[in-house]
Amino acid sequence: MTYIHAFGAHLPSRVVDNAEMASQLNCTAEWIESASGIRERRWAGEETVADLATAAARDCLSRAGVEASQLGMIIVSSGSAERRFPGPASTVAAVLGLNATPVLDLPIASAGAIFALSLASQLTSCYGDILVIAAEKMSTVIQGAPLDQNTAILFGDGAGAALVSARPGRMEVIDSVLHTDGANRDDLTLDWTGPLRMNGLTVILQVSRKLPAVILEVLQRAGIAPAAVKQFVMHQANQNLLMKVAKSLGVEPSLMFSNIAKYGNTSSASMLIAASEWEPTPGPVVFAGFGAGFNWGALVARVV
Amino acid sequence: MRDRLLKVLQKVTSQPLNIGDEDSLFESGLLDSFALPDLVNGLEQEFSIKVPDSDLNPRKFDSIARIEAYLSEHVQ
Repeated sequence: MTYIHAFGAHLPSRVVDNAEMASQLNCTAEWIESASGIRERRWAGEETVADLATAAARDCLSRAGVEASQLGMIIVSSGSAERRFPGPASTVAAVLGLNATPVLDLPIASAGAIFALSLASQLTSCYGDILVIAAEKMSTVIQGAPLDQNTAILFGDGAGAALVSARPGRMEVIDSVLHTDGANRDDLTLDWTGPLRMNGLTVILQVSRKLPAVILEVLQRAGIAPAAVKQFVMHQANQNLLMKVAKSLGVEPSLMFSNIAKYGNTSSASMLIAASEWEPTPGPVVFAGFGAGFNWGALVARVV
Repeated sequence: MRDRLLKVLQKVTSQPLNIGDEDSLFESGLLDSFALPDLVNGLEQEFSIKVPDSDLNPRKFDSIARIEAYLSEHVQ
């Protein structure tokens, strides 16, 4: 058995509202909100991806009541890390004072948190307590090239974290499912020299089908009906997408946890940031994400 | 088939379909990224077909002519 003991998050202090974005783009603040559900996002300034990740890690460890020295592994997801290698995970470990704890970097945008959470839930029997972190500095990405209205309005910076353990805790992981289909690998890409390229039509068309399908797949394996789920905590890509997934699943829109209005799409970090603000109630909860690759997956847990 | 296709398109767009068969539904503003999945779902229901994920390519549904061609290949 594997349990999620706590979540954590870190958001940079600088708030960039839609009015500021609209002033740099050929659009209005109202259009940004209607197209995405986003009212503002955070930009990190001088903080690096590893800085964001470390701050989220500390928040999560504090909430879990666990010392960094107790960790058996750290997994860090980021699609916006500043260098090819080493990735931010080794920096996080060093700043936390660890000098022999294994770390993994997952350069998986958007879906990285669900991949890391699922993998960690399989590894706790070998490695003990695992700290999962997802950290993104998307402001560097969107400012690294002339601002593109279709992508610049969406993204923000931040980091989330989760402490996963074989020790019994409040949230038991029941099952998870991960998938990858490279057929559309060129429809959402970011080279080292930028800019971010997104074929929004293909991405939304694919995610609208694949995300509800993988949620139904993991729920079916667990023998849980969608209507029995207390909350869906998903990658915060776009408010309209969250509502579309709710409609496909036949569940109330209110079951889709959403904080995208405050933070925008923070890529792989968004699901864990959302989880850190969600107040668990007893019963099943589904975590899910979708992103470049395309990679997508879902995990079902039970709050006891 | 064409009338049924136009009925689905009309329902999804909620706008008059004042475009040619070859005109882009996206460039004309009739469809956007969030309406496209609704169109595909509507076609599946109306024609009792299953569009596989490998066919979820916006180009296949970019115009009335392309949708008609797709349906001709897949509707029995």
